[in-house]
Parts: sequence; C-alpha cells; structure tokens
Amino acid sequence: MEELLNNPWIVIPLRIIIVVGFVLAAVPVLTWVERRVLALMQIRKGPNRVGPAGLLQPVADGIKLFFKEDVLPERVDRFIYFLAPAGFLIPVLCAPAVIPWGPDDRLTPIADVNIGILFLLAMTSLTVYGIVLAGWSSNNKYSLLGGLRASAQTISYELAMGLSIISVVLLTGSLSMRDMVLNQQGSLGLLNWHVFRFFPLGLIATGIFLIAMLAETNRAPFDLPEAETELIAGYHTEYSSMKFAMFFMGEYASMVTISAVMVTLFFGGWLSPLPFAPFTWIPGPLWFLMKLGVFIYFFIWVRATLPRLRYDMLMKLGWLRLLPTALVNLFLVAIVLWWQK
Amino acid sequence: MDAVPISWYLILSAFMFAMGVTGVVIKRNPIVIFMCIELMLNAANLAFLAFARQQAQLGAQVAGQVYVILVMAVAAAEVAIGLGIIVAIYRLRDTINVDEMNLLKF
Amino acid sequence: MFGQILFITMALVIVVTSIGVVAVRNPVRSALNLVANFFALAVLYLFLYAQFVAAVQIIVYAGAIMVLFLFTIMLLNLGSPSELSERGDLKRPVTWGLALLFVIVLAGGIFVRLGEAQPTADDLGTVQMVGKFLFTDWVYPFELTSILLLIAIVGAIVMAKRRL
Repeated sequence: MEELLNNPWIVIPLRIIIVVGFVLAAVPVLTWVERRVLALMQIRKGPNRVGPAGLLQPVADGIKLFFKEDVLPERVDRFIYFLAPAGFLIPVLCAPAVIPWGPDDRLTPIADVNIGILFLLAMTSLTVYGIVLAGWSSNNKYSLLGGLRASAQTISYELAMGLSIISVVLLTGSLSMRDMVLNQQGSLGLLNWHVFRFFPLGLIATGIFLIAMLAETNRAPFDLPEAETELIAGYHTEYSSMKFAMFFMGEYASMVTISAVMVTLFFGGWLSPLPFAPFTWIPGPLWFLMKLGVFIYFFIWVRATLPRLRYDMLMKLGWLRLLPTALVNLFLVAIVLWWQK
Repeated sequence: MDAVPISWYLILSAFMFAMGVTGVVIKRNPIVIFMCIELMLNAANLAFLAFARQQAQLGAQVAGQVYVILVMAVAAAEVAIGLGIIVAIYRLRDTINVDEMNLLKF
Repeated sequence: MFGQILFITMALVIVVTSIGVVAVRNPVRSALNLVANFFALAVLYLFLYAQFVAAVQIIVYAGAIMVLFLFTIMLLNLGSPSELSERGDLKRPVTWGLALLFVIVLAGGIFVRLGEAQPTADDLGTVQMVGKFLFTDWVYPFELTSILLLIAIVGAIVMAKRRL
C-alpha cells in the first residue's frame, strides 16, 4: 500500500480525479445554494419541493438536462461547435491544480509550481476561447455579438486583475501560491493578511480583484453577455442539453476557483484569523473552506442586490477606473516597499 | 540529464520555420500570412531556447530566455498594429486578398 | 522515459499543427491549429528549463495574440474559406518542395555541428533569475521594449479609428 501511494503513476491521476471531482461536485451544490440564498434575499422560498428543503433539486435539474433534446443547428461549424464548451470547461478545471489547501506539501492538489499565479492567469485567459468559439460557431448574429462582448469584457478585466495580483506578488517576492499564504503568517493573525497590509493599499487591491473577479466569471452585475433579456441568451443560445450544461458548470466552477484564488492571495488561505489556541485547533483546509464559502456567498449576494451594468458602463469601469487605480496602487505599493528597505 | 538531445529541438524549429515561410508564400489571406509570420517567430524562440541550453555560462543561458521575452513583446506589438492595418484596408477596399493589393496608392 | 514520450507527443503535435496552419483553407481553423501549436511549444519550453517563458507564452501568445486574431477574423467575417487555387499554378508544389529541401538541409547542418546540453543552475528559468538579468544586464532593451509597446498602442488606436 505504501509503495502504491508513492508511485507517481498512481498518485497523480488520483489527485487529478480528486480535485476535478471536488470542483465538479461543488457545482450542483452551488446551484442549490444559489437558488435558496437568492430566494431568501428576495423574501420568497426557493426550491423546496423536490427533496427535503429542495436538496434534490440539482439532481432533478441534471436529469432534466440529460433528457433534453440535443439540438444540432444546421449550418454550424461542427468541429468548433463541439469544441467550444469543452474549451470553456477544461481550463476552468485545470486552474485549481495549484491552489494550496493546507500547510502540508501534499495538500496542494497537483503541485505547487513556482509560477503558480502565472499558471492561474493563463488558465483564466484561456476561457475566452470557449466563449468566442461558441459565439462564432453558432452561425447566429446574436451569438456572435454576445460572444465577442463577453470575451472583450473578460480581456478588459483581466488587466486590472493581473495588476492587483502583481501588487500581491511584490509583497510576497514569489509567484508560488504557497509562498503567498506563508507570507501572510504572523503573530498578528488577521492583520497580517494581504488585505490589511499597508493600510489602504491592500484594501484597494482586494477591491479591484473583487470587481474583476465578478467580471471575469460573467456574473452579475456584469452578466450582460448571458442575460436572458438581452441578446437572447448570448453566446450559448444555440446550445442545448449537455453542452449548455457544460457552460453552466464552467461558470460555477470558475466561481469556485476564483474565490479560492481570492482567499489564497488576500485573505490568508488556510491560516486561521487568530494564531492562538482554540482557533488553531480547526485544521487549515477547514478554514479554507469556510473562507471559500464566504466569497461564494458574496457572489450570490451581489447578484441579488445590484442591477446589471450596461455594456459601455462596464467597459468604462474596466478601462477608465479600475486600470488606472490598479496602476497607481501598484506604484504606491512599490514605493512603500522600497521605503521600508 | 535531458529527455532528448538538443538537436531535436533545433530540427523542430527548422521545420516550423519552413512551414511559416511556405504559408507566407502560398496564402492569399493577410491574416493567415500574419499567423505564419507568428509561426516563424515562435520557431526562432524555440531555437533561442535550445541554443541557450547549449551555453556554459549562466549569463548566456538566461540571455536566451530574455531574448525570447523581448521577441514576444515585439510580436505582440506587431500583431496589434498589423491587424489594425488590415482592418483599415478592409474598410477601404472591402477585400483583403493580397493579390489585389498591388498598387502602392489606391 | 516519460519525458521522451511527452516530447515525442508534443513534437508530433507541433509538426501536425504547423502543417495544419498552412494547409487548411478556413482561417478560423488555421488560427486554432496555431493555438494548439503554441500549447505544445509551451510544454517544450518547460523541457528547456524555461518556466517563466512557458507561462508567458500561454498568457501572451495563446491567450491574447491569438484571441486578437480570432476577433479580427470574426469581425471582418472572413471565416469562410476564400482560397481559390488557379489552374496550372506551379507556385504551391514548388513552395512545398523547397520547404522540404530547406528542412533537410538545415537538419543536415544541425547534425554536422552538434552542441551539447550544458549543466544548469537549479533556478535557471525562474522569474527571479530572469528578472535579475532583465533589470541589470538587459535594462536598455527592456525599457526600449516598453516604449515600443507604447508606440504600438498609439499606432493601433490611430489605425482603427474611423475619424481621427
């Protein structure tokens, strides 16, 4: 048994299965959570018929999606039409490979590469392909426009996100995700987290990442590309049944992944808020899960609260307000760091 | 020490470069010609890194990688402007077949 | 052994997709072939101890430049195959033949003057090492590149505007 577990040909596929399985299993749970929490905020009951408190609703949704007719429109570019949902889902599933769950080396799902955050940026920039190809291959003007809009939005907010990540990289001195969490350890506990460093600068970087996070996953209030009342359904208009489910899963999975990145970069990863006795009895991964839950709740909360942004307002926000703020913030962080030496 | 001999990387680079040149000569769509130019640039990047691996000093080894980063930056700049030019030509002539772009001034 | 299998697989992907970029008629398919090519290249860069370059290759080339290509193809609606081959046109076969000759001659030249892989420092391709050299020995090219990018931004905006 010992040598089985040490054999990389067995351990690595097992780890891949565990991490992909976790992310995919989180998706139906998230759909239920979202619908119940949204309902709570809108003073109504969410799904409560299908099982105790509606807990089997995701199962019912899954069965429904499986049984829907898989419509293949006539003049689509077949290869790209089939490739697009996979092209959207696969980078999203690859991203959680480098996010550390706990202090132990084996608790990083695949490997803690020393370019961890670059790997994450690469994976988020690859999701653009799924959207653009879906919009293009549908042979439908609305889909094309929706796809181009969504990808333009993603690219624009990627810049602000990258710049706020660079502020964290400056604070840490390394691109490895584990080093970023280790940099947030300290006797002050909560106050050592990157969000509270150099007082307003860390907060501004966190705020920028928060807004960019919402825009990257095409979630409200930036969900114009997939809103039902605009552009029909945007880039996934012509997709039905399981291919549509893949887009759906990709969106929720990217929500989970990007919340995990936010927790790791700014809110201490697996560290407990106060570094002494009763709090450190709770294991690292559990803290990580709790913080992840807070941010996923935040996603749902924002969806229930804020109205959708019009496309030109969205672009202005990204280019004219977030990008200069992120640049100035980065500059100030660099100055403070230099002055401290 | 390495998986394969370094010469294999160089042969691959030569192959990519030859394909890039073929594309530039054969194709009529300027965007595809541009893509073949990018293919050539990537072949050069691979050659840079392969040769960097053959150097003895750390400075020379890292120099190869620095070169590759600079080439990528130049390629990005070139693509931005080149595609802008192609869009401008398309707006003017409504065709982008390079065989028809044979007058220096329209 | 795993390294060799991975290298052969990636090399095959590179060969097939390079031919694919040139041989397919649909520009969108050409672009997708090129994206796959860049992925395989990034893996090869990892073999050559260039981790930072591999990540930048995916972020910049596969994630930004090729997206720009796809945008342009889609906006100008050039996705339909437009290549018309003329009858009796010798250009294509001659070019393919010359390309083959070129590869053979270069491969021969490479085998005649083989270099060897030299031992490397442990952190050869890391960001810290590349950054150290980029900001000391190579700071002039670095700054000039930033000016070049600024020129490119201004130029692209000027080219694409409808009215200045």
